[in-house]
Amino acid sequence: MARILPATDVVVIGLGWTGSILAHEMCEAGLRVVAIERGPWRDTATDFPTTYAQDELRYHIRHDLFLRPAQETVTMRNNTSQNALPMRTWGSFMPPNGVGGGGVHWNGQTWRFLPSDFRLRSHLTERYGAKAIPEDMTIQDWGVTYEELEPHYDRFEYLCGTSGKAGNLAGKTQPGGNPFEGARSREYPTPPQQQPYAPTLFAKAALEAGCHPFPQPSSNLSQPYTNTLGMKLGPCTYCGFCEWFGCGNYSKASPQTTVLPSLVRKLNFEARTQCEVIRINKDASGKQATGVTYVDTAGEEWEQPADLVILCAFQMFNVRLLLESGIGKPYDPATNEGVIGRNFSYQTTSGVDAFFENKNFNPFVASGAVGMIIDDYNGDNFDHSGLGFVGGGYMGAGMTNGRPIEGLRTPPGTPAWGADWKRAVTDNYPSSYGFAAHGSCYSYRGNAMDLDPTYIDRFGRKLLRMTFDFHDNELKMSQYLTDRLAEIVQKMGPKQVVKHPRTGPYNSSVYQTTHLCGGAVMGTDPKTSALNRYLQSWDVSNLFVMGATAFPQNAGYNPTNTVGALAYWAAQAIRTQYLKNPGPLVPV
Amino acid sequence: MALKRRELLSSTIAAVFAVTTAACATTVTGALPWTASAADPPKPVTPGGWLYFTPEEAGVVEVFVDHLIPPDPKTPGARDAGVAVYIDRQLAGPYGSSAGLYMRPPFADGSPQQGAQSALTPAARYRVALAALDQHCRQRFAGKSYRDIPADQQVDLIRQMEKGSLVLANANARAFFEVILKNTQEGFFADPIYGGNRDMVGWKMIGFPGAIYDYRDWVGRHNERYPNPPVGIGGSTI
Ligand SMILES: Cc1cc2nc3c(=O)[nH]c(=O)nc-3n(C[C@H](O)[C@H](O)[C@H](O)COP(=O)(O)OP(=O)(O)OC[C@H]3O[C@@H](n4cnc5c(N)ncnc54)[C@H](O)[C@@H]3O)c2cc1C
Repeated sequence: MARILPATDVVVIGLGWTGSILAHEMCEAGLRVVAIERGPWRDTATDFPTTYAQDELRYHIRHDLFLRPAQETVTMRNNTSQNALPMRTWGSFMPPNGVGGGGVHWNGQTWRFLPSDFRLRSHLTERYGAKAIPEDMTIQDWGVTYEELEPHYDRFEYLCGTSGKAGNLAGKTQPGGNPFEGARSREYPTPPQQQPYAPTLFAKAALEAGCHPFPQPSSNLSQPYTNTLGMKLGPCTYCGFCEWFGCGNYSKASPQTTVLPSLVRKLNFEARTQCEVIRINKDASGKQATGVTYVDTAGEEWEQPADLVILCAFQMFNVRLLLESGIGKPYDPATNEGVIGRNFSYQTTSGVDAFFENKNFNPFVASGAVGMIIDDYNGDNFDHSGLGFVGGGYMGAGMTNGRPIEGLRTPPGTPAWGADWKRAVTDNYPSSYGFAAHGSCYSYRGNAMDLDPTYIDRFGRKLLRMTFDFHDNELKMSQYLTDRLAEIVQKMGPKQVVKHPRTGPYNSSVYQTTHLCGGAVMGTDPKTSALNRYLQSWDVSNLFVMGATAFPQNAGYNPTNTVGALAYWAAQAIRTQYLKNPGPLVPV
Repeated sequence: MALKRRELLSSTIAAVFAVTTAACATTVTGALPWTASAADPPKPVTPGGWLYFTPEEAGVVEVFVDHLIPPDPKTPGARDAGVAVYIDRQLAGPYGSSAGLYMRPPFADGSPQQGAQSALTPAARYRVALAALDQHCRQRFAGKSYRDIPADQQVDLIRQMEKGSLVLANANARAFFEVILKNTQEGFFADPIYGGNRDMVGWKMIGFPGAIYDYRDWVGRHNERYPNPPVGIGGSTI
């Protein structure tokens, strides 16, 4: 039996990116907030100091900062005819753990989605007719527009201090920025990062190809910055240990560098770490949450009553906790009914490797989000008539790292070991380069999440099961993007270009991205969405669910800027509407 | 109001969350939970004899990894880079026992897309495969161990393992090949504190400067080779 703790106003589940933002916003509204986090507290000085943070084996190969699968994992199958099996070690994505969540070890690529992305089904139907959308593709409009989210994108970027160049200021195209982006109300907080050699060459080639290169928006800062909460960030030093690593320089925006020092000083805030929430509790009507139950490291169960529950546990754990708590109707792909587990999507990445002569890229002089990018082939920025697919992605030359265990590129035909391998690795390390395309992934009837019938966690609870595969639309898109990227790379004069379009089936053992989306999506119809436009549960009105869980499908960008914007958008709705009159913000 | 509540909570919770080490549930409020020198630096490998391998196993591994990354006039091979020591220490530690991985049954063979599903830990995989390889060699090469057969035969066996054409009793030769190749490259390129990459030979070979934390001066120096020698977490030489 759980022991019952004194009630609080708000309980926040998970203290990562969205949990930190929501906890801060709720404290500012004068509420008492308890945040419950499964992993340990993490701080720059103690957990990723510059004296040893640059350890590829520990942090990348052995996953030191991530959740241990022994604590919780998921099972995976490509389609419903297969038996799902557990991911015994992480592969295609890396579930975060601990205070700061994915913000600790993200790359800082900080993108806004396109205005058309938020009304995808309507937009595509208007431009190409309903027939352009495959029958089993379950894409939806979000129920919120880009224009509504713009002030909240702005807030997240100014929290992070994001470095970039605007391409569209209040409708006026700006030279040097992304001409395809939605209108911004003002410039980025800091100017773009300085570009290394390969991105500079790529930008030149892209211009020659008639495209519109611009610096990737980066939350690894180009210069010192004091954010909107008074936190001071330093300039990025291009150490090349960004994604998978914590930043020792206070130059990558994370909850640690942008929110937590302000949050912990608030007397109405309390965090409990190493405590795993196992359930959201409901009252007898099933329509109100009464708080959460969690387990501490001694295996002791506690019940934390609260008036308002904010679920911020990352996409997959949000979905699992909703299923486990019996909130919302579980999705059934056979009937296409139900909402929890519906519209699960991912990211369709691909790459082009190029091998050069007489070039030295110093690949280790790198930063998580530095790079030159084109957006000409993203979303609906190009005419899809006759192409046989919808969607797109950004592409270009990032410069994330030159770490040798991970990043050794050899030309095709090179043996995997022996003297020839050794020579090829040595010759190509400074002069080869990996270019990337970052494609959208739309949602389908067959791609879904539910609870696994066989495999359990350490408490005997069913694991989450994911059923996912890439569909023809995404594979065609990936081929198209990869071909366009290779054409530009060819202009840079390499001796050899190797294309790696995404191919099926989806492979869960090879890292792609941690951009898991959907499963409890936002929308305007409770039959096809779990959350209303304010990320409030249709079923339990004192429950709000943050994160990419709410994306009805994924666009051709990294998710976190949109996740952050939605968090501020929801926080504003809670502060200005919900607290005055608790109940559904949208009538059912 | 908030303060009073905090007192209340500390009285209810302190009793249970008394031990506030990193491994235990902890309550944080009012200030960042800092303790002086609370960092968790990596532990350099202990010098001395083999911790996991038997001397016989270690001898085979040294020969095997030296074929995977052979010496050349400029750069030592995996053996002299300490790769067998690296693997030995890894197998004796959490990696070797699959600590932290999901190891609950049932174990079933899945599709390649579902990832590794074996119940064998890396340490057990080495033990079983090395024993099977030894048995195979002694049968085929008149009682000789892998380390005592001619080098071209040693290489040929590795090729067969890579292709999946070598059948070993009680061991999956191809799976063993994959794991030892991966571990060999790790050992050749990981920070020297883990026992391999001795004198940073792997990093010097490709020109990776290691644990440098500030390259700002170098971002704009296009197409110019970075000239400084590598540095490890443990310092400039190990
Ligand atoms: C390696 C990597 C690189 C990335 N790079 C980028 C990038 O460049 N650009 C980009 O846009 N995005 C990137 N991302 C994604 C980004 O990290 C996430 O979008 C973001 O962190 C999501 O915020 P969140 O609040 O939803 O979840 P998180 O920040 O992950 O926070 C969730 C928190 O909840 C905790 N939690 C989970 N379950 C429970 C439970 N049951 N009880 C208590 N606590 C729980 C977790 O421990 C975690 O701390 C990257 C992710 C990874 C892993």
